[in-house]
Amino acid sequence: MPVITYRDALNQALREEMQRDDRVFLMGEEVAVYQGAYKVSKGLLQEFGEMRVVDTPITELGFAGVGVGAAMVGLRPVIEFMTWNFGVLALDQVLNSASKMLYMSGGQYPVPMVFRGPNGAALQLSAQHSHAFESWLAHMPGVKVVTPGTPYDAKGLLKSAIRDDNPVLVLEGEMLYNTKGEVPDDEYLIPIGKAELKREGDHCTIVTNGKMALVAMQVADQLAKQDIRIDVVDLRTVRPMDIEAIKTSVQKTNRAVVLEEGWELAGIGAQVVDYIQRECFDDLDAPVARVHQADVPMPYAKNLERLAKPDAAKTIAAVKKVMYLE
Amino acid sequence: MATKIFMEALSPTMEEGRLVKWLKNEGDAVKSGEPLAEVETDKAIMELVARGDGVLRKRLINEGDSRPVGQIVGVIATKDENIDAILKEAGGAEAEAAPPAAEKATAQTKEQAGASPVPRAPQQAQAAASTPPQEKTAAEPPPARAPSTPSASSAVPSGNGERTKSSPLARRIANERGLDISGVQGSGPGGRIIKRDIEAAAAGGARGDQTTSDVRRQTSDVRRPSSDFEDIALTQIRKTIARRLSESIGPIPTFYLTAEFDLSRVVEMREAMLELGEEFKVSINDILLKAVAAALAQHPEVNAHWLGDKIRTHYRVHLGMAVATDDGLIVPVIFDADGKRLSEISREARELAKLARDRKLKPEQYTGSTFSVSNLGMMQIDQFTAIINPPEVGILAIGTATDQAVVVDAELQTRKRLRVTMSCDHRAVDGAVGARFLMTLRRLIENPLMLVY
Repeated sequence: MPVITYRDALNQALREEMQRDDRVFLMGEEVAVYQGAYKVSKGLLQEFGEMRVVDTPITELGFAGVGVGAAMVGLRPVIEFMTWNFGVLALDQVLNSASKMLYMSGGQYPVPMVFRGPNGAALQLSAQHSHAFESWLAHMPGVKVVTPGTPYDAKGLLKSAIRDDNPVLVLEGEMLYNTKGEVPDDEYLIPIGKAELKREGDHCTIVTNGKMALVAMQVADQLAKQDIRIDVVDLRTVRPMDIEAIKTSVQKTNRAVVLEEGWELAGIGAQVVDYIQRECFDDLDAPVARVHQADVPMPYAKNLERLAKPDAAKTIAAVKKVMYLE
Repeated sequence: MATKIFMEALSPTMEEGRLVKWLKNEGDAVKSGEPLAEVETDKAIMELVARGDGVLRKRLINEGDSRPVGQIVGVIATKDENIDAILKEAGGAEAEAAPPAAEKATAQTKEQAGASPVPRAPQQAQAAASTPPQEKTAAEPPPARAPSTPSASSAVPSGNGERTKSSPLARRIANERGLDISGVQGSGPGGRIIKRDIEAAAAGGARGDQTTSDVRRQTSDVRRPSSDFEDIALTQIRKTIARRLSESIGPIPTFYLTAEFDLSRVVEMREAMLELGEEFKVSINDILLKAVAAALAQHPEVNAHWLGDKIRTHYRVHLGMAVATDDGLIVPVIFDADGKRLSEISREARELAKLARDRKLKPEQYTGSTFSVSNLGMMQIDQFTAIINPPEVGILAIGTATDQAVVVDAELQTRKRLRVTMSCDHRAVDGAVGARFLMTLRRLIENPLMLVY
């Protein structure tokens, strides 16, 4: 099976879907001539022309709104935010138009579109450009939110997102674009709302999503050397969430750590913990632990940034705590 | 942190235990879950396991000594830790450990908030165990979990007045295995009882079973007669029999109903089955058990418990069958006997008798009966009276089947006859009630085809 980057997996997904359906078009800052700030749209302008690969001014709210309107009249726009840190400028369109239009029009106007872009911290981008928006975005009914952590998931989920008749928010990762993984040549789709068991073990569950799936797999591999077997549940989609997958795993392991990139309060992990206590109360041998970003704006200083981010060491400590190994 | 070693309630009815043998010396390093000593309960020899890591610093009782449940019998601590306070506390508890067993349970439940140096947890178990273990059988499946009630296990008060903390999973497993969580010492943060503690406690019990046969072999070697008489110390089971049975014949106004049944058709039935092949072989006793169970199902008024302030009639028949073992009498239970086929009863009776003789019965296998049967037929006893096993209200004593000359249709014939005597607790069962049960039983035994009706 070919090994390609996350960036190329997204590029393949866009190309295949644009070939498949001429209603699909890509719009955003630097997506056409510059080939994408992160080169996700490389070659698309050449293949599909400037009607379908459209450069915009630096006007997130404006082009997001154009996208919503296009979707309402039958096109299937893919709106790229250079990063979701800029995408918040368009939140009114996402929240007040895209997510509610079907509902408020009594079912007359579906909004089949994708908003996508990198999410979360990269390296030393400081306080304003390091946000993990999963919990903010997943908070609203009316949208779906996917957070692929691997090239395989990125391609399969973006394709499903483009074909979905609802607004789907795709949260990628700047630090993920260069990561590599196996992606089959043959076409495939990954259903939205399905988690994947990325490692199997019966000692402890780690529930995670997005970029943190890689950290969780690292943790599982490291702990395997100490004979600690971890079930890594990669949610992949955070809205709707695959509660069954969480439940199945926690009922097997009786303990869980929830690992996420964002802040603690009202984070994705808080929701996961709620599902666990509701569904698995009698299965728990320890309180569920959470690993997340420190409750501060992301520091610029390298050492402080490292301390603020969730990582493998913190996750291992949490696993040992819920396993009563410390 | 030092860990006190308590005399734990190792069986649901245990009130005191005799420490048969220390398995660790003072100064030995011990790990949580490791066996420390062998303890003879009222039913079996079990292992007392360590509930903490460290060094066995002090053995507070000698081999052969008995202590009530909840008493401190030793201390585990780190090598240099000061354990004077605990030793002092144990000394105080020792002095207080005198009141007779019956008073004790009530006294302890009353003084819940008191500052007795002995922690509450094991005593709670004891108090729970002294109420009839069948409490819940009417509404629930066989009382595998009789010894613990869910409400007790979720918030068991401990010695310092705090809740004993336990994980939901630990509580669930304890419930499923019928373990009383209050006797378990937690190894999690703040003493939280977690899954591994329950598993260690359960494994401790299982290991105890394996060692019993060895211990028995040793004691029987010692018992070779060497003089005109021999003083045999009372074993826990003997004490329990004495206490329980005098409890029975004393306060229970018992009367006896004897009937003689014609056993010919049972004998025929058994022989006919045997002719079909060895796999259909059942004993006379199996057929009698089946018949008693069927009769009890029709007479819940004798399939009942006397509970002091009420009579509880049971609609499920959990039939106790007295088994003689080298150590004494024990009554394993065939649960839901009325719903079981003859082949199942036969197999189960055989298995339970073997487990009883091997002292491998688990507590849940000998608690929860609603009526009992005692058969001395194989000992050539013509008829006898058996003593009621409270809180049951009746027991059936079965004698040996003998050939008798009887008049049948105005002719003298030789027939197999069987004498049974039912002991009835008159507080719950009147003569006519018991007699009606025996009439039903007679119809079934004299016409065993009714058993398939």
